[in-house]
Amino acid sequence: MFSGFMIHAWTVATIVAVVAGLVGFFVVLRGSAFVAHAIPNGSFAGAAAASLVGINTLIGFGVFAFFGAFSISALGHRGRHDVATALTLVLMLGLGALFVTLSVEYTPEVYSLLFGEILGVSISQLIPTAGLAVVCVIAIALLYRPLMLSSLLPDVAEARGIATARIDLAFLAVVALATTMTVPVVGTLLIFSLMIGAPAAARSFTDKPLQALGLSVAIALAIVWAAIALSYQTNYPVGFFVGTVSAASYTVGRLWAAWTRHAGIRSPTGPRVGPKYT
Amino acid sequence: MSEALSNGSAPILAVDEVSVSLAGREVLRDVSFAIESGEFTGLIGSNGAGKTTLFRVILGLQAAHGTVLVGGAPRSRRNPLIGYVPQKFQLDPDVPLRARDLVALGLDAHRYGIATPSRARRARVEEMLEAVDARDFADARVGTLSGGEQQRVLIAHALIAAPKLLLLDEPLANLDLRSGHEVVALLARITSEQRIAVLISAHEMNPLLPVIDRIVYLAAGRAASGTTEEVVRTSVLSALYGHHVDVLQVHGRVLVVAGEAGELADTSDHSHTQTQVEIVS
Amino acid sequence: MSAQLAAIFDPGFFTSQIVQVAATVSALAAVVCGTVGVFTVIRGQSFAGEALGDISTTGGSGAFLVGVGPLWGFGVAAVAAAAVMELIGIQRPRGRDLATGIVLGAGLGLAALFLYLDSVYHNTTGATVSIVFGSMFTIASSAIPAVIAFSAIAVCLVAALGRPLLLSSISPELAAARGIPVRLVGVAYLLALAIAIALAAFTIGTILSTALLVGPAAIALRLTRSPARAIAAAAAIGIAATWLSILLAYDSYDWYHQSGKYWPVSFFVVTLIFLGYLMAGLPRRLRRRREIAPDPARG
Repeated sequence: MFSGFMIHAWTVATIVAVVAGLVGFFVVLRGSAFVAHAIPNGSFAGAAAASLVGINTLIGFGVFAFFGAFSISALGHRGRHDVATALTLVLMLGLGALFVTLSVEYTPEVYSLLFGEILGVSISQLIPTAGLAVVCVIAIALLYRPLMLSSLLPDVAEARGIATARIDLAFLAVVALATTMTVPVVGTLLIFSLMIGAPAAARSFTDKPLQALGLSVAIALAIVWAAIALSYQTNYPVGFFVGTVSAASYTVGRLWAAWTRHAGIRSPTGPRVGPKYT
Repeated sequence: MSEALSNGSAPILAVDEVSVSLAGREVLRDVSFAIESGEFTGLIGSNGAGKTTLFRVILGLQAAHGTVLVGGAPRSRRNPLIGYVPQKFQLDPDVPLRARDLVALGLDAHRYGIATPSRARRARVEEMLEAVDARDFADARVGTLSGGEQQRVLIAHALIAAPKLLLLDEPLANLDLRSGHEVVALLARITSEQRIAVLISAHEMNPLLPVIDRIVYLAAGRAASGTTEEVVRTSVLSALYGHHVDVLQVHGRVLVVAGEAGELADTSDHSHTQTQVEIVS
Repeated sequence: MSAQLAAIFDPGFFTSQIVQVAATVSALAAVVCGTVGVFTVIRGQSFAGEALGDISTTGGSGAFLVGVGPLWGFGVAAVAAAAVMELIGIQRPRGRDLATGIVLGAGLGLAALFLYLDSVYHNTTGATVSIVFGSMFTIASSAIPAVIAFSAIAVCLVAALGRPLLLSSISPELAAARGIPVRLVGVAYLLALAIAIALAAFTIGTILSTALLVGPAAIALRLTRSPARAIAAAAAIGIAATWLSILLAYDSYDWYHQSGKYWPVSFFVVTLIFLGYLMAGLPRRLRRRREIAPDPARG
C-alpha cells in the first residue's frame, strides 16, 4: 500500500487536499459551490479538445478552466452568477461531448477524466501539480484579507475601496488554477466534493476563521487518505470514497454542532454557539 | 495630514451642488450641506429619497455632478477618513467568524496578505469592543448575534480604522425600539468622545432628535440642512416637497403630514410595506 | 425549391422513425423544462437543477446495472436527491448552496461506483458517455408513454401550484405573510424540478440537462418580464433549439473529415441556447452603455 506507484498517489493526494481545503474554505464562505462545481466539470472539455488536437491535456484543462472563470465573471450580473455559471458550464460540457464523439480513441478515458485516476499518477504529473499548488497557496495568502471582507461584507468592502469585482475575478481565477492542477488526478466531478465537504464540515467545529481554514485542510487530507486506503483495500473507485466520506464528514460536523448547541443551552456559562438572540 | 485638516476650520465633509441621475431619473438635485468634526448629523428622508445614493457619492462609488470634499480634499475611493456601516448585513450562523474577527478585519482588510498577529493589534480590537460595549459577545459567532449586537460590531469594525467621518446607512431600520435607543446613545457618546463626525441616515427622525446636532432632510431629490429647528418647519419642508406639508408636534414627537390629501409622509415605517419585486435574469 | 430543401433536410429526415421519436421526446422535455425552468431561474436554483441533473447520472448508471430503462433511474435518483436537499436545508438562501453541494458530491461518488460496476459486470465503457451526454437517436419509441406521463405530472404540478409558487419564488416573506405554506410549495416545486430534470437528462444527457432547464427560461426572462409569457416563450425556445439541433445533428454525418459520425445533438442544443442567451442580452447591454453618465465630481 505504500510502495512503488502508490507513493505518487499519496503525494499527489496530499497536495490536492491542501489546495482543495484552502480554496474550498472561501468557496463555502462566498456561497460559490456552483462555481466550484462548474469550473472543474466544464474544464474536462479542454482535456478532450487537447487529446483531439494532440497537445498536453494539462494545457487543455488550463485553457478551459480559465475560459470558464472569465466567462462566468463576465456574464454574471452584480455578483449573481447563478444562470451565467449554468450556461457557461453546459456550453463547455457540450463542447466536451462533441470532442469526445469526434475523437476515436478517447471514449474509454471519459470515465477516468470525470472520476479521476489517482492510483495511476506518474512522476511527470506530480511536478506540475506541485508547482501549481504553490502558486495557488500564495494567491490565497495574498488575497486573504480583501477576499475575506468582500465575501462577508461586500458593501463595506466597496466603501473601503476594495475592487470587489476584481477580487471576484481573482478568486475565480484561483478556482480555475486549483482545477487545472487537481482535475487530472482526482477527476472533474470529485475535486468538488473535496472543496465543499471539508470546509463545510470544518465550520462546525470552530468559531475562528483561521482555525477553520486549517481544519478544512486537515479534514480534506483525512478524506483523501481514507479514500485511497479504502479504494486500495476494496478495489472500488477512489471517487466513490471521496464523495461519500466527504458527505459523511459534513454529517458528523452537523451532528457535532447540534450537540454542542444543545449542551450550550444547558450550561449558560458555556460558549455561545447557537442562536440565542433573535 | 488628516489631523491638520480635521482640526482646522474646514468642515470634514462639504457637499456642494451634487446632482445624480440614475437610469434617466434625477435622484439627487443640487444637494448641498457641510458637516463639522464632532457633529452628529441625521440624514432624513423616506425610502427612495436618495439617502443611499448620497452615501455612495460621498464614498466615491457613484458618478455625480458637483463637488464633494472630504477632509478638504476631493472625494476618492479608499478614503481612510471615512468609516462606513452598511444597512444590509446577513450572515449565516454557521460562518466561522467571531465578533472580534470582524472587528479586526476593519483594521486593514484592504491590504493583501495575511495579518501578522501582534499584541498591539489584539489590544486595539479589545479597545474597540470595549468602546461599543461588545465585550460580552466578542467570542460569539457574528451570525448568531441579534440585530443590535451586529450593528455594534459593525460600528466597531468601522471605528477601528480611526475614521474622521462615520457614515451609517439606516442602522435603526431593522432594530427594535430598545436596541435602537442603545445604538443611538452609543453613537452620541462616540461622537463626543472621539471627536468624529457621524452622518446617520434614517427614514424616521424621532429616535434621533434628542441627540443630533444637525439635520439634512432629503425629499424629492433635494435637501434642506441646518439645526432641527431650522429645517423641520412647515415653510421649509413645504418648499422642499413642492407641496404643502404640516409639521406637527405630538407628545414631543414630530410628525410631517401632507396637506390636502392628509397623507402621512414621515410617521410610519415604510420599509416593511414595500417589497422589491425584481426578476433578475 | 425542393432541391434547396433537400440540401437542408437530408433525405429520409422526416420519414426516419428515429428522428420522429427524438422530436417528440425533446418537444415534451422542452415544454416541461420551460415551465419549470422559469421558476428555477426566478428562485435562483440553477445549481439545484444542475446538481439533480448530475445526480441522475447515479440513477442512470444504477438502472443500467440492474437492467431497467434509464428514464426510471433518472427519475428515482433526482426525486431522492431533491428530498435529501430539502431535508438538509435548501430553503435557507445561503445554506442551500451548501446542501446542494453536499448531496451532489455524495451522489457523484455513487455514480462513480455504479459506472465502475457497470464496466465490470457488463464489460462495456459506452454506458458512461451515453448516460452522461445522452444519445437522442437511440431513444426507443416504447419510452414515449412514460415520457408523456412524466411530462403530464410535472406540468400539472406547476399549474396546480400556480400563483402561490410564483409569489413564494419572488418573495418568500410576502408569501408567508399571506398564509402560503412556503416550505410545502418549495417541496412540491422540487418534485416538479426533479421530473423535469429526469426528462431533460433522458433527452440530452445528465450533465447537459441544465441547458434545457435553465437556458430557454433565462433567455425568455431576458425578453419578457411577464411570468406567463416567459413560460410560453421558454417552451417555444426549448422546442426550437432541440428540433433545430436534431436537424443539424442529422446533417452532421459527414462534416468532420468525413468521419461518418453524427455530431451529438446535445452539443447543438447547448451551443444554440448559449448563443440565444448572449443575443437576448444584447439590447439591454446597449441600453446600459448609453446611460453611463459623466463624472466631473470624481476626485
